[in-house]
Amino acid sequence: MATAATHHRRRIPWGTVSRYAALIVLTLITLAPVYVMFATSFKELVEIQSQVPRWIFMPTLSNYETIITQYRFTPYLISSALIGLGSTALTLLTAGMAAFALARMRFPGRGLIAQTTLIIRMIPPAVLAVTVIGFWIAWGIGDIVPGIRYTLPDGLGRGNFLDGSQLGLMLFYTALNLPFSIWLLFGFIRQIPVELEEAAIVDGANLLQVLFRVIFPLMGAGFAVSAIFTFRIAWNEFILALMLTNRFTKTLPVFASEFIREDGVQWGQMMAVGTLIVIPPMLITFFAAKQIIQGVSAGAVKG
Amino acid sequence: MRTNRFVPYLFLLPALAILALGLLVPLYNAVMLSFYDWNFGQPWSSARFLGLANFERLFTDPTVWNSLRTTFVFGFWVVTLEMLIGVGLALLLEKAVRGATIFRTIFVMPLMIAPVVVGLIWRYLLDARNGIVNYYLTQIGEAFPFLQGLGFEAQAWLGDPTLAMVSIIVSDVWQWTPFVFMIVLAGLQGLPGDVMEAAYIDGANWWRMTWHVKLPMMRNILLIALLMRVIDVFRALEVIFVMTGGGPGASTRVLSLTLFQTAFTSRDLGYASTIALLLSVILILFSLVLLLFSNPMKDRADF
Repeated sequence: MATAATHHRRRIPWGTVSRYAALIVLTLITLAPVYVMFATSFKELVEIQSQVPRWIFMPTLSNYETIITQYRFTPYLISSALIGLGSTALTLLTAGMAAFALARMRFPGRGLIAQTTLIIRMIPPAVLAVTVIGFWIAWGIGDIVPGIRYTLPDGLGRGNFLDGSQLGLMLFYTALNLPFSIWLLFGFIRQIPVELEEAAIVDGANLLQVLFRVIFPLMGAGFAVSAIFTFRIAWNEFILALMLTNRFTKTLPVFASEFIREDGVQWGQMMAVGTLIVIPPMLITFFAAKQIIQGVSAGAVKG
Repeated sequence: MRTNRFVPYLFLLPALAILALGLLVPLYNAVMLSFYDWNFGQPWSSARFLGLANFERLFTDPTVWNSLRTTFVFGFWVVTLEMLIGVGLALLLEKAVRGATIFRTIFVMPLMIAPVVVGLIWRYLLDARNGIVNYYLTQIGEAFPFLQGLGFEAQAWLGDPTLAMVSIIVSDVWQWTPFVFMIVLAGLQGLPGDVMEAAYIDGANWWRMTWHVKLPMMRNILLIALLMRVIDVFRALEVIFVMTGGGPGASTRVLSLTLFQTAFTSRDLGYASTIALLLSVILILFSLVLLLFSNPMKDRADF
């Protein structure tokens, strides 16, 4: 009998238990700060300033109402979206073309171009902010074509070509993302069988048609990863945006930082803007966690 | 593919033009401005040629060297902690668990949140008066008075030089540990199954497997993860900018923040460009080392 009992007693699977315990602790550590931001954005001022933080409370939309009705939230949202989507589109198109040339054609300077691209990819936005301000003023780049000074409805750009308009930021975010996107797409193009392109050329297609009708349609996966990472930088970046936008063209991260004031921090309104900033990246995470991991590990692990 | 001699350059042109305007011209500009004494906001005609004076100043400037040391302290702790925790978790969670997709999605989230928002969230959590961290520390300290001497009481997180450094380290570890975790996990899952099986059959236990088989096989991946984190440490600015602004005193003023403040607080654009060059050179050197281990366009193409 005794042997039967020990035989039936289940061994506790310590490996599995410790794994789940670790996962749950990690989940809490990861989510708690984000939850606090969400929660604070729905709290009244008295609730925020109370000595006892409450996890469950009566939610209010007053912070959101304030930022939308008393501040220029909508133009800044438009500005952010314009810059995020514009940089992403520009990056995919130009990186796709460059990756095609590097992956499929031989020409003098090919190695040099590829290596230079990879070497300058780590230049930080702070360096750009400082030196760009310098050259816009020093060389008067903003006024290089005097007629191009333009004014659009609020939020759609106001100022000269680069200074203060969204075009300048789009240029820099695209430049910051191009090296990564070019080599990522390079890898994807390399996996497409050359025979497809050769067949198209035999059928009389020129190279542009090959690129846009044969290659690009097969690159959905590569474009997805590249788009996520470009949008992430363009939507989230703060330092360049702080220096290169004006009160009409600010992006949301700059707007959020402005709730830190001399007379204290407007936590509720700041957290409302913060919440709205993280919603698009969160949605992307829910639908494309796999692509994000692919992009993160692309440099280290050969896929 | 056989093409006209100029065709490859035409495909590369848009990307190269954007890279030149967005990265190379600013870099060139940093070189040019570093020979001048020029105040931000003054007309270019007021600039004074200094020769190498800015460089002499750079090498003897205690502000720069102190901020470089601060960057090293900050970098040492975040990279060590992120590598240890990231690798540890990847080893622990290597085996597939139920719900892996959900956990994966959750752990990707911090990587997608705007750094400026991460800074704002942690600034709120660590706020001396309204912060949740201090509230729970006090509660625990009151419940178990013997813990009060061990730090379980309200702390001036962002007001004390050491604690401010701890605070920015914590926020960085919170956001970037998933990055290391994901790279290492992808690497572990890519290890050849037959080698692992052979090692198990030879009777290797978990510890020996990890230490003598898996980690050595992943040396390259670990090095790449480490280098990418080191590079990001030198680029990091936004979180520190909104959490402490470099303070109290200069206790959290990293190199990129010194660069920013020299340009826009001291308005010393010529000297700031010299610091920008220093930072760029450091990052280009790291990029070169990174290229030795991970040259994405070299493995597949024959440059």
